[in-house]
Amino acid sequence: MERDDVIEYSLDTHHSEEEGKKIRKKIWFVTLLLTVVTAVEVLLGAFVKQGSSMWTTVKIIFIVLTLLKAGYIVLTFMHLGDEKKALKWIILLPYFIFIVYLMFIAFNEATAVGAEM
Amino acid sequence: MSGHASKEIDTTASWGGKVSPFSVSYGKLMMWFFLVSDALTFGGLLVAYGYTRYTFDGMWPIGEETFEALPFLGNGFPLVYVALMTFILIVSSVTMVLAVEAGHRMDKKGVIKWMLATIIGGFFFVGSQAWEWSHFIHGTEFGRVQLNDGSSAIVKGKFGKIKSFEVIEAGAHSPAVGELITNENISEEHGDLMHAFHHAAEEGHLEGSNATDLKIHLHDGTVAKVNREADKNLQLVVKEAGTQYAVSLPSDEETRIQGEKATELYYEAVTAGKVIYGANMEQNEYGPQQYGQFFFFITGFHGFHVFSGVVINILIFIGVLRGVYHKRGHYEMVEKTGLYWHFVDLVWVFVFTFFYLI
Repeated sequence: MERDDVIEYSLDTHHSEEEGKKIRKKIWFVTLLLTVVTAVEVLLGAFVKQGSSMWTTVKIIFIVLTLLKAGYIVLTFMHLGDEKKALKWIILLPYFIFIVYLMFIAFNEATAVGAEM
Repeated sequence: MSGHASKEIDTTASWGGKVSPFSVSYGKLMMWFFLVSDALTFGGLLVAYGYTRYTFDGMWPIGEETFEALPFLGNGFPLVYVALMTFILIVSSVTMVLAVEAGHRMDKKGVIKWMLATIIGGFFFVGSQAWEWSHFIHGTEFGRVQLNDGSSAIVKGKFGKIKSFEVIEAGAHSPAVGELITNENISEEHGDLMHAFHHAAEEGHLEGSNATDLKIHLHDGTVAKVNREADKNLQLVVKEAGTQYAVSLPSDEETRIQGEKATELYYEAVTAGKVIYGANMEQNEYGPQQYGQFFFFITGFHGFHVFSGVVINILIFIGVLRGVYHKRGHYEMVEKTGLYWHFVDLVWVFVFTFFYLI
């Protein structure tokens, strides 16, 4: 029997040829960006030695670039940027709260334990 | 992709039920929830790695020193291989998103083309990881040595090629005295010359004082002279300080032990059996035990995700080929497996930064 109580949201995602062209253009742009960022990271890693005066700055650059890459992957490749705001936050917010908290307690504790040793 | 936000929900209608507040299907929502929990697992692993590293008192291994080998080309390419793996995964993520896009246009041929490319990329990545693991487990040619003052050091430079073993005293399975043991006629048990050399070094069955003047004792009682080229630019990078040698600074190559002193100390340690090659569950040549364990667990857990991703992709690919989703009127299954596949890429981006780069 055909059910009439299910809305097929899956059909909402269809798009036309012209829209597809625009989307593909964006995909290739993001590809280029991710590749360039990875190349920059590797070059920085290879040329800036750990413990040198630049190292702290480079570490921060690494983290910023990583978050940038992650942002593009999640929002563009995984289409989270195109989903409803409510969905976006129900995915991202719990994650951020837990992971930031975990990082906070773990690294705080690590500093204390490190000082003991 | 474009539909979601544009289809606003009528507030009065939403109280009547039947609508999802997120305008997505049940399956896609559940995939997202699964990914959040999986992301927390990986987050936990990386934080645990950070914790261990933070509390570790001493020199933690450096990514660009540890991972600098390429297949067929040898050493001296810091992080290039890992970067290549990252690139493979990014590209396969791109082909996946192109498959999803083709699905949104009901373009079956496009979906087939791009999904196939994604699966091939996945196999490439899993294969690369297998190579990397194998290299990590077998280790470098030099290994890590413990020096006579209690310090320990990894070694940089070019390992002199082992050409053959020249029999001095014949053993149970060896050729006659004066003949050569080469990679062609070496016993199965020893595998190859390099393997036999490493094994003998670990057991303290080498004698001599430098690369070109070594005697090896094999298992079957054979004693042989090792025919080798000399090492080039041998340097000892001290990782743990002893009574005499201080830790070498990563930012200053001058603090490494160099020249003849390095050769002398290195072969003194190797002939005393104080050398470790590669990695296992108890010890590794790269640094503390936990480093090896985190390497195996984090990259292994990720590799397992990639592997299962490839399997799921293949299953969905078969569905696409059989026209299951085309008949259904939408390619949402491709989109869902795509979400998982992108997630695997996402995790690798973080592993790359926090395990290899920093």
